[in-house]
Amino acid sequence: MEVVIKTDKLTKRFGDFVAANEITFEVSKGEIFGFLGANGAGKTTAMRMLCGLSIPSSGEATIAGFDVYKQTEQIKRNIGYMSQKFSLYEDLTVVENIQFFGGIYGLSDKTLKSKSEELINQLGLQSETKKLVGSLPLGWKQKLSFSVAVLHEPKIVFLDEPTGGVDPVTRRQFWDLIYEAAEKGITIFVTTHYMDEAEYCNRISIMVDGRIKALDTPGNLKKQFSAGSMDEVFYELARGAKRGD
Amino acid sequence: MKQFLTFVKKEFAHVLRDRKTMVILFGLPIVQILIFGFALSNEVKNSKIVIADYAKDNISQELIAKIEASQYFEIEKSLMRQGEIEAAFKTGKIKMAIVFPENFGHDLMHDNKSQLQVILDATDPNQATTLTNYISSVVADYQMELNKTNAAPLQILPETRMLYNPQLKGAHNFVPGVMALVLMLVCVMMTAISIVREKEIGTMEILLVSPFKPILVVLSKAVPYLILSLVNVISILLLSVFVLDLPVNGSVLLLIAESTLFIITSLSLGLLISVRTQSQQVAMLISLMGMLLPTLLFSGFMFPIENMPLPLQIISNAVPAKWYYIIVKNIMIKGLGFASIWKETLILLGITLFLTTVAIKNFKIRLA
Amino acid sequence: MRTLRFLLRKEFGQIFRNKAIVAMILVVPVVQLLILPLAANYEVKNINLAIVDNDHSTYSQKLVSKITASGYFKLTGYNASFNEALELIESDQADLILEIPSDFEKNLVREDYQKIFLAVNAINGVKAGVGGSYIGSIIRDFNSDIRFEQISIPKVSTTPVIEIVPSNWFNVHMNYRNFMVPGILAVLLTMIGGYLSALNIVKEKEIGTIEQINVTPIKKHHFILGKLIPFWVLGLIVFTLGLIVSWLVYGIKPEGSLLLLYCFIAIYLLAVLGFGLLISTFTDTQQQAMFIAFFFMMIFILMSGLFTSIDSMPEWAKMIAKLNPVTYMIDVMRMIILKGSGFDDIKFHLLKVAGFAVLLNSWAILKYQKSA
Repeated sequence: MEVVIKTDKLTKRFGDFVAANEITFEVSKGEIFGFLGANGAGKTTAMRMLCGLSIPSSGEATIAGFDVYKQTEQIKRNIGYMSQKFSLYEDLTVVENIQFFGGIYGLSDKTLKSKSEELINQLGLQSETKKLVGSLPLGWKQKLSFSVAVLHEPKIVFLDEPTGGVDPVTRRQFWDLIYEAAEKGITIFVTTHYMDEAEYCNRISIMVDGRIKALDTPGNLKKQFSAGSMDEVFYELARGAKRGD
Repeated sequence: MKQFLTFVKKEFAHVLRDRKTMVILFGLPIVQILIFGFALSNEVKNSKIVIADYAKDNISQELIAKIEASQYFEIEKSLMRQGEIEAAFKTGKIKMAIVFPENFGHDLMHDNKSQLQVILDATDPNQATTLTNYISSVVADYQMELNKTNAAPLQILPETRMLYNPQLKGAHNFVPGVMALVLMLVCVMMTAISIVREKEIGTMEILLVSPFKPILVVLSKAVPYLILSLVNVISILLLSVFVLDLPVNGSVLLLIAESTLFIITSLSLGLLISVRTQSQQVAMLISLMGMLLPTLLFSGFMFPIENMPLPLQIISNAVPAKWYYIIVKNIMIKGLGFASIWKETLILLGITLFLTTVAIKNFKIRLA
Repeated sequence: MRTLRFLLRKEFGQIFRNKAIVAMILVVPVVQLLILPLAANYEVKNINLAIVDNDHSTYSQKLVSKITASGYFKLTGYNASFNEALELIESDQADLILEIPSDFEKNLVREDYQKIFLAVNAINGVKAGVGGSYIGSIIRDFNSDIRFEQISIPKVSTTPVIEIVPSNWFNVHMNYRNFMVPGILAVLLTMIGGYLSALNIVKEKEIGTIEQINVTPIKKHHFILGKLIPFWVLGLIVFTLGLIVSWLVYGIKPEGSLLLLYCFIAIYLLAVLGFGLLISTFTDTQQQAMFIAFFFMMIFILMSGLFTSIDSMPEWAKMIAKLNPVTYMIDVMRMIILKGSGFDDIKFHLLKVAGFAVLLNSWAILKYQKSA
């Protein structure tokens, strides 16, 4: 299987504080990889390095084959990103947002037209296209954000706590979208607090105090920690943590 | 009371932690004083002029020497023709051209009458008028010298005394104005933005949900700016006394009391703006465009109010800064006491009460 | 290039939906252009004069009527004593006191000279100076009048007289508006361009949408261009509006080439916008950006020669004025509009402003980091 994310002792320091400590792992194409950890464990820092938003202090990593120090711009062309807070412009309409992000990633006008129609139909947003994104309910915003993030069919899409604050039905629908994308060959790199979502992933890693303390399939982890659910696994690992809550 | 102080402490923390803004907050009056005190001047001096002497006789040379000696101008002597003069004006390099016609000296000696052509760049009318006055007085002096042999009878000699500001320093006019401007700006804009910002971010709701009266929440925001403004007033006064040589002729205590009143006026204005706006951008726009410019214009320190058309003069009465400016001038520069400013103080009080009432009323409506 | 097109579509979409910005761009400049020139008037007129006439002679009465007839002064006090008149100055009802001593006429005729006393409220130096010189010239006139009366007028003047023939070019009616309006327009353009561009990037920083941009393959210079161009276009629109208002309301028609004027404005706007962008790369919140922008804007405007002349500044201040793009803008506005100056006259101004534009924008681009 083609490896799309490869890191080797990736580290980020802020002064004396080591936010992410020698992170080492690999992710294959089409995988749904869950990146878990308590607040303050270093997840966001690690993810920002992988997206090219933050230059590592030491260690190596390649994303979609591109080096994380020297080729950040190529990385960006091949990934999608969705942050929990603000992915879309609230003061632009649905259509305008789609066109903007699609265009930025280099989709031709024709492709843009057909893909945005497809997207709108898939999400059932036909009657909302001219509405400002800010006026949509949270769940729709999240789904739209995700669809826009994968519009240009990137190799990897990074999702930072994408389902925060969303009702269970919508979460389910959201994960349906994720599965579809994975089937198309898009690698999903997702961080989340919801342990049930951890079960949906192919493999997960758990960060504690800046290091990866566990990395395996959910099934194997549960066996390893003699736990009935991912909740328990997480609790076992995270309770000894010095950072976070 | 203790609860109120808790809020005030929090607000102080916010304000003091924003280093960049703090630097500007304190740097602003200092820079303004320096600029107004040392760089800006309404005097017309060092104007570049050109003298074209086609006569080249004793009289013209004498007069030119006198013009040079007067130190009013920076002179370039050059035999320009009319077209060249126009071109020189267009480059903006010279402001006046003096042309001595060929027969200048000759005509003066034989016909007792001669003409001096003075061409002015009237783009700036005041400058043109002043330059004309300068050259007129030099010429008049010269005429008097020529006439020394015929001593003119019946001489009226005006003796002038400059009151309050014998050296005609601009500072006397500007410093009170700067005080009004800085106080207005800080109090209105900063308070308004600070309150609106919390609304935008959403933390305002949290505060309002707490068991404290909402009005206390809002008032606590004003307190740090009140203190900071008083610090600014004192630093402006110190600067003015020690750097600009502009003493406070009247009672410092009265000055500070009146300043506190004006600060409260401005704070209530800021409060009013914050109650009616939802976004920081709008609050800023209103403060800057809506408050700053009127203060600059209608306070009377940059432009004389009596020159304005009547409707604008009436509007200027609603601008608190105008009254404060008069109060500061009277106390600081004329050295007068409360008796001279009780009217203005009353007006300021009235404006403050009005603004505060409207603000509180609006605030209650928003909440309900 | 396509990226730019999409960026621009987004920016324009956001701007026109923002009512506050649209109001600011259209309404505020127009209102200010209408009000400011009316208020910003340095002409000195209606000087309040208090006269203390201790003589009450024919001469003193004649002098008083000559002064009041001149139209420069408003007689607000005709008092019995100097101290009474001083009270008028204290209450700002009088700007000047003219005191004619007792036995003025008698002593003048007997001793051939007499002093006359002026007390001037010098807080406002301009008023004091101009008022003083007006009175001075009226007194001089009066002096020659009574001299000619006393002495029979000979057929030919026995004393040499140099007559000054002034001609006022470029602003024949000495209209102060012609001087102020172009300058005010320049300042408005500067303020709007500077603030809007400073706030724009910071807002995205404050809200967080900037991260979304950083994660895309949008290049730095595209991003900055995407921010520059919309406001550049808007700036030109505001300028055009301003020119139209100046023409319709004040009758000011540019003497020089409109094309040249627009070329200069185009480059100047780049400099101002670059400045705003630079500020936004240094600040984190809109409040900070606004405040810092205001601080510099204020210095620029005060030191630009709009209100007070640069010639009369001390050397160190002149140097600051030379580093100030607004100075050049105001100069060029006045030169082209009032004097009809041409390209040759302003080429150095153009060069310097272009230099500013390049410097400020490059600095902003360099400072803007997509990856930290």
